[in-house]
Amino acid sequence: MTERVRRHPPDSAAAVERARAVAESVVDPELPMLTLADLGVLRDVSIADDATVVVTIAPTYTGCPATAAMRDDVRYRLQGAGFDRVEVRISLDPAWSTDWITPAGRRALAAAGISPPGPAPGRDEPVPLRLGPPTRTVRCPRCGAGTTELVSEFAATPCTALYRCSSCAEPFHHVKEL
Amino acid sequence: MPEPDPHDNAYAGLLVDDVHWAFGGGFDDPLAGVDATVPEGVEAADLARYCLMLGDDALIAAQRLAEWCSRAPDLEEDVALANIALDLLGQARLLLARAAAADAAVVPELPDDSPVPAEDRLAFFREAGDFRNVRLVEVPNGDFADAVCRLLLLATWRLALFERLRASRDAVLAAVAAKGSRELAYHRDFAGRWFVVLARGTDESRRRLLAALDALLPLWPELFRAHPVELAVAAAGAGVDPAAVAGEAEMVLDEVFGAAGVERPEPRQLGASQARAGRDGLHTEALSRLLAEMQVVARAHPEGRW
Repeated sequence: MTERVRRHPPDSAAAVERARAVAESVVDPELPMLTLADLGVLRDVSIADDATVVVTIAPTYTGCPATAAMRDDVRYRLQGAGFDRVEVRISLDPAWSTDWITPAGRRALAAAGISPPGPAPGRDEPVPLRLGPPTRTVRCPRCGAGTTELVSEFAATPCTALYRCSSCAEPFHHVKEL
Repeated sequence: MPEPDPHDNAYAGLLVDDVHWAFGGGFDDPLAGVDATVPEGVEAADLARYCLMLGDDALIAAQRLAEWCSRAPDLEEDVALANIALDLLGQARLLLARAAAADAAVVPELPDDSPVPAEDRLAFFREAGDFRNVRLVEVPNGDFADAVCRLLLLATWRLALFERLRASRDAVLAAVAAKGSRELAYHRDFAGRWFVVLARGTDESRRRLLAALDALLPLWPELFRAHPVELAVAAAGAGVDPAAVAGEAEMVLDEVFGAAGVERPEPRQLGASQARAGRDGLHTEALSRLLAEMQVVARAHPEGRW
């Protein structure tokens, strides 16, 4: 438990790395198979002159309550790891995109039965209206079949759509491209 | 010993700060650490009032959508409307926080020791006449066809605005618009698809859709009527003149109407007092009723802590 009470001089690169590792390992409360590193929301970790750990994260969906939970968790975990002063900052620009979810994160999603997102939509102007079903190709994360049907573009969390596999008939979530 | 999982205990995360206001999160200021400097050449007071307009549109629309909880035709649509409400609430939080950061004078005063954060003061402690939302978002919910119609009109207009707002000289507004426009594209597609389904469904679904259009289209022209604050902020390069997106929004509506096989009805003219409307704080009485419900608990406990 000495780890808990050890203090680090602010200029210690090792301390920054340790703080970064702690922050990276915090998980998304709604998608707990994903760490903040997997999700791509961790923008920066530094330690200020007064020993405050400054963690900068990019919010996912604007109104997603998970963002607030992540911020509290980052602070809680860092304080538990011996960093008394923690400040979590928000970075709005550039906006987070599902393209930032790492390959490891995509594998973790699929392993948990959640279909990972395809490439995010381009920045066409004006944004094209899509009145037909979404054109994305979604494979069933359980049986691998390519024949799936959209049940709803809005599922249990802001970031997911609800699909059903036409082969194994299992419903599953797909992380929407953003 | 492994780190305790903070999700094992619902209260653990709450112990980080000393106190929280019972209804809001000073602990999760949506603009924490964001540079909120007002760009040169932009009047801070105008920028704040402009952010209130866009923020109030989102807040009131979110409240109306949230009223659908447990009342939609089926579970999927219930969840969809709640998700859309959540996206809009997120936009409202950023915009109200940005308004407060630009000009503290817009924030209602409370006792000095009040723990209520600025965005919540703006949401819960303003009177109807201080709200700057367009009237489209405040009228009562009606049936599912009304919800689809209103969302189509709102998302079509707001997406066109946000696409241009991405180039705002105000970095916060530009960032809100960049993220928000992707969310709004999902909202517009959702409403557009349902519009076509209802129009091409049964006689009854089509009858209800046309009735919804008849009720809501009179509120459409107000969306493109520029308020002097909008013009001033647009001229300073930080905002968008809503009249400038009318053509694009009309084209999108025409495309949906075409796919639905619906003739665009000639809207009734809705009365406006000397051309004043929602942006001037002139609202229908429905807004007062909505606010009474939304604000009552917060106002009863302005210093509530947990």
